[in-house]
Amino acid sequence: MKKKLERILIALCLFLVLFTVDKLIDIGRQFSGVNRILIPFVLYFIVYLIVGYDVLWKAVRNIFHGQFLDENFLMLIATTGAFGLAIYRGATGQNLEGFDEACAVLLFYQTGEWLQTYATSKSRKSIEHLMGLRPDYANLVVNEAISRVSPEEITVGALIVVNPGEKIPLDGIVVKGTTDLDTKSLTGESLPRNVQIDDDVLSGCINLTSQITIRVTKTFYDSTVAKILDLVENAAMKKSKAENFITKFARYYTPAVITMAVLFAVIGGAVTGMWSTALYRALSFLVVSCPCALVISVPLSFFIALGVASKNGILIKGSNYLEKLNHTKIFVFDKTGTLTKGNFAITAVEPIEKRMEILHLAAIAEKDSGHPIARAIVSAYAQPIESGYTLTNVSGCGVIATKGTEKIYCGNEQLLREQHIDFKPLNVAGSLVYVAHNQTYIGCIVIQDEIKPEVHELLTGLGAMSAQTVMLTGDNAVAAAQIAKKLGLTAYRANLLPQDKVNAVEELINTKQATEALCFVGDGINDAPVLMRADVGISMGGIGSDAALEAADIILMHDDLRGILTAKWLARRTMQIVRQNIIFSLLVKFGILFLSALGFTNLWVAIFGDVGVALLSILNAFRVRCKIRQKLALKKRN
Amino acid sequence: MTKVFRLKDLDCANCAAKMENCIKKLNAIKHVSVNFLTQKMMVEACDDEFDIVMQEVVKICKKIEPDCKIIM
Repeated sequence: MKKKLERILIALCLFLVLFTVDKLIDIGRQFSGVNRILIPFVLYFIVYLIVGYDVLWKAVRNIFHGQFLDENFLMLIATTGAFGLAIYRGATGQNLEGFDEACAVLLFYQTGEWLQTYATSKSRKSIEHLMGLRPDYANLVVNEAISRVSPEEITVGALIVVNPGEKIPLDGIVVKGTTDLDTKSLTGESLPRNVQIDDDVLSGCINLTSQITIRVTKTFYDSTVAKILDLVENAAMKKSKAENFITKFARYYTPAVITMAVLFAVIGGAVTGMWSTALYRALSFLVVSCPCALVISVPLSFFIALGVASKNGILIKGSNYLEKLNHTKIFVFDKTGTLTKGNFAITAVEPIEKRMEILHLAAIAEKDSGHPIARAIVSAYAQPIESGYTLTNVSGCGVIATKGTEKIYCGNEQLLREQHIDFKPLNVAGSLVYVAHNQTYIGCIVIQDEIKPEVHELLTGLGAMSAQTVMLTGDNAVAAAQIAKKLGLTAYRANLLPQDKVNAVEELINTKQATEALCFVGDGINDAPVLMRADVGISMGGIGSDAALEAADIILMHDDLRGILTAKWLARRTMQIVRQNIIFSLLVKFGILFLSALGFTNLWVAIFGDVGVALLSILNAFRVRCKIRQKLALKKRN
Repeated sequence: MTKVFRLKDLDCANCAAKMENCIKKLNAIKHVSVNFLTQKMMVEACDDEFDIVMQEVVKICKKIEPDCKIIM
């Protein structure tokens, strides 16, 4: 690539010298006879060969492969045609001009090609930066000795040592040492994470402070880093509608313009009798007919967007999801674990003077349950719990604990009503656990889940984009309504069992218009079917959760809901730029075609129509990156 | 079976599109995606026909972009 740049620069200098000299003293006039044409031709042709011999060679070779309409061939015809016309003009005694043009077309074409390659390789680097996650080796411990092996060879259960400054090659559990980990390349989170013995560590993190020993829990191909690499590498394979449109368009565009050029030359020449003019205009057509500007600019915009997203800890599985996210008008959130932290805490016990008694009874009943609410009660009681009770789970209602004739009821309103126990229902937000002892109502525990701090910002942001926000929850309608109002959600669906969520999303999908999309945001636990059903499934904290990595379309690597705003914003930005690029290049190309048909333009303008447009749209594509930088900088300042 | 191949010296976006289009027409190919930006090709085909169809794929690539090599 560097060699090519040197060649282009040399040719450019030669061309400029030749061009200036020619304009000043008109080289052709210094000679007479055949030399009048021959000398300028040879001079320009040398520059022409220096800059474009590879294009010419490729064109000739591809003809033998049956590839007539590739751009090398088009350039060959356009430039040799221009040379031919110039010689013809000179030979017929007209003004000698056009050599410079023919030479310049190829020169600019090559410059454009070089810049395109440069730009694309630059943007490829941003993805490769993420690929820098790939660990090269692991320090395997065998019989107290350490040997360096490739991460692929290590089996589950092996012990590996990670020194400060090294990348953790495989997922595992710390068995020795404590350290700080840099998880930035994995999650975008800049604060180091402290890990100690028995903590899970993920491959791809960088060990910062001290040596640790890890017991490997996953083979390389199952480890987090391999999955993420896979995902990012394959993201660009899922093409968006805009990309498909543009490649399809290019497939018809080039042959159509070439046909037009031929028709123009033949018919125009026959009708007006001015063959050289008609031919010259047809040559401009050929130059404009190259489709590369279009074909490259659209995928490049998406590609940059995917790179920007992954740098910010948002994995997007394909450009089609960016496109869909841009059309998303309904955002559906799971409540627990997504809008809330999922760590239930007791906020009140009613009546407060019986607090210990109520907690005591409830802890007996809830002792064996793994439900977060039950765990909250048990941990709040924080005393040894007597055993010997038979625990009966009343599905969806609560638990009955029996010991001899003694009975403890612990559950929702329905449980107490079924047991005909007299009680006064409370009307507060949160999950309510009523406790009764031997048919006597004792009291009630109010448990609430903590709402994530960034939820407000997220919902305001989405509201500003006039998106609907819907919450799905298993809570009762009163509690759901209160939370929905407090957070400013547009709607909620309450009393949902986990399996009802798909239906709820299904119903919402039916209410939206066909052009709009629905996005479901969940924590990746138990909601894989919903993530799949939604047009765009976003899962939170995808790191470490395989189900989330697989089922979701967009993964927020760190548990920050504001990532949704960034993604949505990025999607809108990208689609804007894609649209601008498509419209701009088409307008310019068709404009130039039209003008050259009328004879208002020349080859100089035509080459701008090809190379210039390509470069402008590539530069435009890079704006995806610049703008998001500004936006992120702003966010940090706030 | 789906396999991803690296493409060396694929330097024209339209050629990538052309390759994809031609390969798509092969009967044994279920799905193909040629990506100019990542310089990669993803091929999905039946397991038992995969090697045979890859020979065809190589031929097509060679025809459209002689400089481009599929790294197996």
